[in-house]
This record gives sequence, C-alpha cells and structure tokens, in this order.
Amino acid sequence: MKLLNMSLAALHRLLKEKKISSTELTKEFLRHIQKAEPNLRSFLTITEEIALRKAEETDKKIAGQQPIGILEGIPMALKDNICTEGIPTTCASRILENFVPPYDATVTEKLKEAGTVLVGKLNMDEFAMGSTTENSGFYPTANPWDFARVPGGSSGGSAAAVAAREVPFALGSDTGGSIRQPAAFCGVVGLKPTYGAVSRYGLVAFASSLDQIGPLTKTVEDSALVLNIIAGHDPKDSTSVPFIKPDYTQYLENNVKDMKIGVPREFFAQGLKPEVQTVIEEAVRVYEQLGAQVEECSLPHMEYALPAYYLIASAECSSNLARYDGVRYGYRAKAEDMIDMFTTSRTEGFGQEVKRRIMLGTYALSSGYYDAYYAKAQKIRTLIKEDFEQAFTKFDVLLSPTTPTIAYRLGEKTDPLALYLGDVYTIPINLAGLPSISLPAGFADGMPVGLQLIGKHFAEGILLRAAYTFEQNTEHHKKIPAWLEEASKNVF
Amino acid sequence: MSFSDKFELVCGVETHVEMATKTKIFCGCSTEFGGEQNTHVCPVCLGLPGVLPVLNKEVVNLAIKAGLALNCIIAEYSKFDRKNYYYPDLPKNYQTSQYDLPICKNGWLEINTPCGKKKIGITRVHMEEDAGKLVHSGETITTSKSSGVDYNRAGVPLLEIVSEPDLRSVDEVLAYLEELVQIMDYAGISDCRMEQGSVRFDVNVSLRPRGSSEFGTRTEIKNLNSFNSVRRCLEYESERQAELLLKGEKVEQETRTWDEGQGITLSLRSKEEAHDYRYFPEPDLVPIIIEREWVERIRASLSELPAAKRERLKSLGLSEYDAAVLTSSKAMADYFDEAFTFGVDAKTLANWIMGDLSALLKIDGCSFENSPVSPRQLAGLLNLIKDGTISGKIAKAVLEEIYKTGKDPEVIVKEKGLAQISDAGALEKIVEGVLAANTKSVEDYLAGKETALGYLVGQVMKATQGRANPGLVNKLLKEKLSR
Repeated sequence: MKLLNMSLAALHRLLKEKKISSTELTKEFLRHIQKAEPNLRSFLTITEEIALRKAEETDKKIAGQQPIGILEGIPMALKDNICTEGIPTTCASRILENFVPPYDATVTEKLKEAGTVLVGKLNMDEFAMGSTTENSGFYPTANPWDFARVPGGSSGGSAAAVAAREVPFALGSDTGGSIRQPAAFCGVVGLKPTYGAVSRYGLVAFASSLDQIGPLTKTVEDSALVLNIIAGHDPKDSTSVPFIKPDYTQYLENNVKDMKIGVPREFFAQGLKPEVQTVIEEAVRVYEQLGAQVEECSLPHMEYALPAYYLIASAECSSNLARYDGVRYGYRAKAEDMIDMFTTSRTEGFGQEVKRRIMLGTYALSSGYYDAYYAKAQKIRTLIKEDFEQAFTKFDVLLSPTTPTIAYRLGEKTDPLALYLGDVYTIPINLAGLPSISLPAGFADGMPVGLQLIGKHFAEGILLRAAYTFEQNTEHHKKIPAWLEEASKNVF
Repeated sequence: MSFSDKFELVCGVETHVEMATKTKIFCGCSTEFGGEQNTHVCPVCLGLPGVLPVLNKEVVNLAIKAGLALNCIIAEYSKFDRKNYYYPDLPKNYQTSQYDLPICKNGWLEINTPCGKKKIGITRVHMEEDAGKLVHSGETITTSKSSGVDYNRAGVPLLEIVSEPDLRSVDEVLAYLEELVQIMDYAGISDCRMEQGSVRFDVNVSLRPRGSSEFGTRTEIKNLNSFNSVRRCLEYESERQAELLLKGEKVEQETRTWDEGQGITLSLRSKEEAHDYRYFPEPDLVPIIIEREWVERIRASLSELPAAKRERLKSLGLSEYDAAVLTSSKAMADYFDEAFTFGVDAKTLANWIMGDLSALLKIDGCSFENSPVSPRQLAGLLNLIKDGTISGKIAKAVLEEIYKTGKDPEVIVKEKGLAQISDAGALEKIVEGVLAANTKSVEDYLAGKETALGYLVGQVMKATQGRANPGLVNKLLKEKLSR
C-alpha cells in the first residue's frame, strides 16, 4: 500500500504491528510536506521538532508493549485559528503574526491526549473570512488538483494539505461552509458537526453562534475516527451541549436501503453550474440504485439565508475582533496616542475583507439600524431553522451540491458579493446549527465536485452512514492529482 | 445662594457594587483586592483569542438575593449582552453585561425622610463584569508619559442597581445610598468596601421649578466613589444648573465627571458624542432560566435586612438612634445579636458596643467582624458588673485587657485580683483607716458639707485600687459617720 494514501485505520495497524515507527511515519510526511509546499503553501508553520518529539513518545510506548490509541502516533495539522500552546496561532492575520497562545484549545488538548502528532498549522482566509484562502494575510494556498486554482476557504490550507496527502487528516472550522466548501474544491471529506457537538474553546472566534470545528479527511471512516476524538461536551464552552457521545464508527454501514433523502429544489436554482449539477444528479441516481427513497422537497426561506448570514456573522465578528487593538498582544503600530494606536494597529493589521466585515457588522448593530438588520436577520434565522425542522419530519437526510461551481482560478473572483454567493448552499446549515458533510461526488473539468449531506441536530451518525455508503459504491475519493501518484509510491 | 427655594432636585442613581464572590464572573481567577498587578488573571479574563466565558453560578445566586432584598421581580428568563466600546482597561473591548432582559426589575427600598418613610423605586438590577484599571506613570492620564493596565479587577462580578428618579434632595440621595449599601452588606451581596472602590455611583441630576411635574434636562455624573463625593458633587451640580436656569440658559444633556480636587463637575461628552454601545445578545453564553424553586431557595437563605433589624432592636427597648447606630454595619448588628443571646440588658450592651468597644476597635482600625473581644466575652464582662463582681470602672480596664490578651473577663478578674470587695468586714477596716487619716474631711462632713463624703469614698476606692463595692463603701461610711 502507498503510505501517504493510507487510511487512519491502516496507519494505526502499521504502527501497532511495528511495521513502521511513528518517527519514521512523521518523517515521511514531513519529507512530503517539504516537497509539496513550494507549489501548495498550505502550511503557515511547520512544527518539525515538536512533531518528532511527540512521535518518539509513541514509539517508546510501542516499544514498551503498551497499547496505543487509534490515532496515536499519526501526524496531523490544525487550521491556524485553533490555539496551540507555545506554537504561533495567527489566524493568517498580520495582527496576530507574533501571537503565541499560552494555552491549548480543547480540541488541541484532546488530539494531544489521543497521541496524534502535530506537524504544523495551516493556512486560511484571515480570521476565517473568505472562501478562497486568498485572504490570508501571508500568502494564498494552491489547489492540489490545479495549482492555478484556489483550494477554497476558509479552511483552504486544511483541505489542500489532506488532498495533497501532506497529512493524513486536519482540522478546520466552518462558520458558513469553511470546511465543506474547500473539501468540495479539493476532493476530500469535510464534516461540520452539529453546533455544540465540538468545543469551541480555543478556536479564535469569527462568529460565535455559527463557528464549529470539524475534521477534513480522505475518507468517511477517517472522519468518524477523528470525530470520536474531538466531539463531546466541554464545561469550558457554555454553548457546548452535554450529549452522550456515541462511537461514530458504528454508523459506518454500507446501507441506505429505505433511507429517506430529500433534495431541496432551492439548492438547484440559478447560479448552479450545469457540470456540477450533472455530477450531483448522478449522485442522486447512485442513492436511488442503492435503495434510498429520494424525493424533491422545498426549504422556502433559503433565499434569505445569505443576507441574514452576512449580517449575523459580521455583527458578531465586529465585536469578536474588537480585542485586537495592540494593547495586550499582537501587532502594535507606532502611534501618537491611545486612539491613534488602536486605529493604526487595526488599519495596518487587518486585511481588506476583515475590515469590510467589521464595518458591515458595526453598521448592522448601530443604534437605529439594529432592528432593521440584526434583529431581522435573527428572525430569518428562526424561519430557516423551522424550514429544516419541517423537512426533517419527512426526511432522514437532505442532499445538495456543496458549492454551485468548481474551484475558482486564483485571482478570478474579485467582487466580494460574487464570492459570498458561492456560499449559498452551505450557509443555511450553519444558521440552523445542523451537521453536514461534504464528500467527493465526481469531477467537472478535471476538478472535484462535492456532494453535501445535511442531517438533524446530533444526527452525525446517519450522515456518516449515508456518506459511507456512497463512498463504498463509488471511486471518486480514490483519485488523486497526477503529480501525487509519483510521490505516494512509497510502498510498505 | 441656594437653589432650593425656586427649584426642586430630581435625582436617580446607578450604583455599581462589586459582588462578594471568591472567583470572577466568567473564570476561576480570584477576586481578592490588592494582589500584585496582573497576577489574578488567566486567558479568559485577559480576553485572549479563542477563550470563552463560563458563568459563575454564585453570581446569579447573589443577584437573585439582591433582587429579593430590594423587593424586585426576579426574571424567569434572563440573558447577557455585549456592550461594545473601546478602552484599554476592557480586555475584549466589549463588556459582557445585561441589556433588555436584566435579572431583576421593578423593586423598591424605603428611606427615612423628615416627612416620614418614602419608597424609592428600583428600576432594574443587572449583572456585569468589571474592567481592569489603568496605571499611569505620572499623576494623571494627561500628565503621564505612559500608562499600563492592571487586569486583576477585570472580570470581577458587578451588580448595577438603577433607581427611579425618585430622589428629591441631597439628603434623600444620601439616605437612599446608605440604605442601599447597608442592604448589600446585610444580604452578603458585597463587602461594600468603599475605600477599595467596591461601590461606585453614577448620578443623574436635573432641576425643575417647584410645583412642576415635568422633568428638566439632566446631566449624568459618573464614577463617584464615596458618600461624601456624592454629597459635594450633588451640591455643586445643582447650584450649577440653578445658576444656568436662573440666567435663562439651558442645561445641556451630557455626561460629566466629578473633579474631587477642585470640587467641580466637568463636561465629559455631550449627548451627540454619546457612545453607541451596539448592544447585542452575548453568543458565547446561554440564556439564564430561573425557576421559582431556585428563587425560593435563595429567599429562604436571605438574612434579616437592616429595616427589620432596626424594628426588632427598638422592640428590645432601644432608641431609634441606638437602633440606627447598631445596624449601621452588619458586623456591628451581628455582634450585638450574638452578645445579646448571653442574657444581658439590651441598653447596657448597646452602650458598651457603641461606646467603649467601638472606641477600642477604632484605634487599630479593626471591625466588629474580627473584634479581639468576642461577643461572649463582652456579655461575660457585663454579667460581672451586673452580679457585683466588678464595678463599671474596673470593667473598662478589664475590657482593654481582654482586647489586648484575648483572655476571658473572669480569668482576668481572677488573675489580677480585680474582684470587687463586697465583704463588709474587710471593708470596715479600710473605712476606719480612711476616717482616721482624714479627720478634716470628717469634720467638714459632720459640719454639713455633703461633698466631703465623696472625697472619703474616693479615698477608700484609692486604698482598694478601685475594687471596693461603691454602694457598700457609701453605706459603711454613712454608718460610721453617723455614730
């Protein structure tokens, strides 16, 4: 088998059977990262030393005949908005370029405890605002399938790294599609869990009521394995839900017989590229052939989701990002006085898109505008939740394209509104707090197309089953970019 | 000149009280005052990227308690909101506070006025976090080359108590504040350490012609931290507004600040420059649902409030004045109550607490809470007077000795041989000796000079180091002299 392409379960077997050490495995991935990075630039920080130290720990355990966890000794990387103690966490922003957190995010802690080997921090759109990773304050990341295209965003670095096999898995964050859209663009599996299923403690907030951390993986099985580690109630996050965490791998069943799948017609409206639609329609046929009952349905308020999202998310971000003022940490501009220090630090430290959203959000919350914008957006949010609740009285899962298009060319999209429209299928799910997964559904113009499945609150299990069944009956997830064929030949 | 003939003062107060919890409102850091700068801090109260608040339930308990003590309606559904503004002492550049759904509203408290009791409305009570403190290198912010921030106080829980504009004189305002602070103290909401800035006031002041029922234009004066400042500030501000109105000028609606040194208020910002705080619901916290059972549990734990305590003390035969002094602090009132359980006379006890013991405590700046003389010891002392073991004069000396050594009064009396000499036989000898040594006084007395008896009593007391039973000495002397 080809090492870089191996599933988490296969890597675990190799480690357990001492066919390879964690150190060798880590070195292998670090070597591959060195080779791939000049073209991709999915990493912002590579933590080679820390990684090798951690790998050594696992190797000692294995040598001492101690049992190891399923993800123990396996390399991974985190989106750079997830706090890592002693390792820079920049949110791809100049304003946090020098910020080294004194604490670990809860997910970081959990992955550490699980024995995973952190090899680095991944590029993203600044503060997770964007859908191309071109808004990174440092450099854009390329799409592994076509270096001239974007990997999507904001978890572009995470998706590209997994697609390019730089890491077996990565974590991203999803506020309006930031895990699923880049997963679709890069041809990997991206899962956004139910709001409240994974702790947000230590995730640098963009929009608190929408943000959720989730895994980016090569397969649905890997997604379930990572979710097993990171999900669960966290007393440090008041919005995390005390629920009984199942073993998500139990849902990995190749069976959708009699599963009721709804296809909302609003997700196939104007703006959907015909070549993407063709792929999704083919996916629908796959499900039908496998015995699922697929039916068209309607979510009537979806057209208001996008404006409601951009008001709520921007309002929250205008407040969440107020703390970056140069006083306590981060970038501080040279200034004459206090107000000047605030303004200049923020003017120089933030990029265009971040400033645009801060201004939009500040405006939406201003006295006299609050009711017309923020309050109204919240009402729409309720209507959208109700639309989904209605649909889920009839269906187990909803199915749609993840994105209306394939990955854009680098620099192709300059109009922010056009970019916002690209999030139209992913945003409503965040507004409703639902779990959703994007998985490889095929190709259009040689680029991956993502299939999005949506479930009820805390119904990650049925989502995983639907996704797993599709994956087991298709080959799309097995394809890798041509340049990678050579790199992943290393045989064990 | 005085404004009060022409104008009536209309005042409402926002009071910020630091709550007496061990830890901060959204993290586990200590709320202790006076630690080394930036030592009671963690990623959460420093507002580092990625942190989240977790509500300290004790804060909610105390807020409910405060609401009950102030006769408020306790909300069944309450939530936190973010108040957005930029200042370096505010780690997140927003304050987590409560906006449209405060935890308590529509309450009142009662004050005494020259015209009898008056109810002052409480509009609302809400929870919020305190900010840090700027530390200037120079005297003031304007004369400093640099300023630092101490975040020890950031995240200390605050209760904001907003009164209705029901107060009509400076005295009423003071009476309201004193009563409010006492209630907070009694209910255990706050230590109310004014000198540490744990209680702060914003006052809204306006004037209107006497007889008018409409409100005039108000100014808000922020951040007063003592009763005295409030009094001086209100006196100044009402004069200032009266002068403007008498000249036919307008009072500007604005926020002002009190300059303690100069004794004047200064304009801080006008209505047009007023902050737009862009309040919105705090998305990092979940709404607070308060079931009736929770409220009743807190109600059951609520201790006696000052007004009730004053009435009870009066029913023991104490005067209005004594009751007011004894209840002026919860510690003193508790001290009285505990000592009273040892079966002493209320009035005598009150006198000793308000007089000698208070004076002793004052010297060392001690409070009744940590008085070196325990209530049991004071009661024991009073019982020694009552049963004639020692005289009131000796008792004062014994009290000082208890204060110094912590020993029980009975032990001190025994060790130092201070017990009153009530043995007639023993005293008789001493009396005879005194009479023999003071023949001049004896003659004076026999010649009709009554005062000479006092001198002779004094001589007997001197000879016994004050231990002689004064009644008995009197009796014996009179007996001997009449022979």
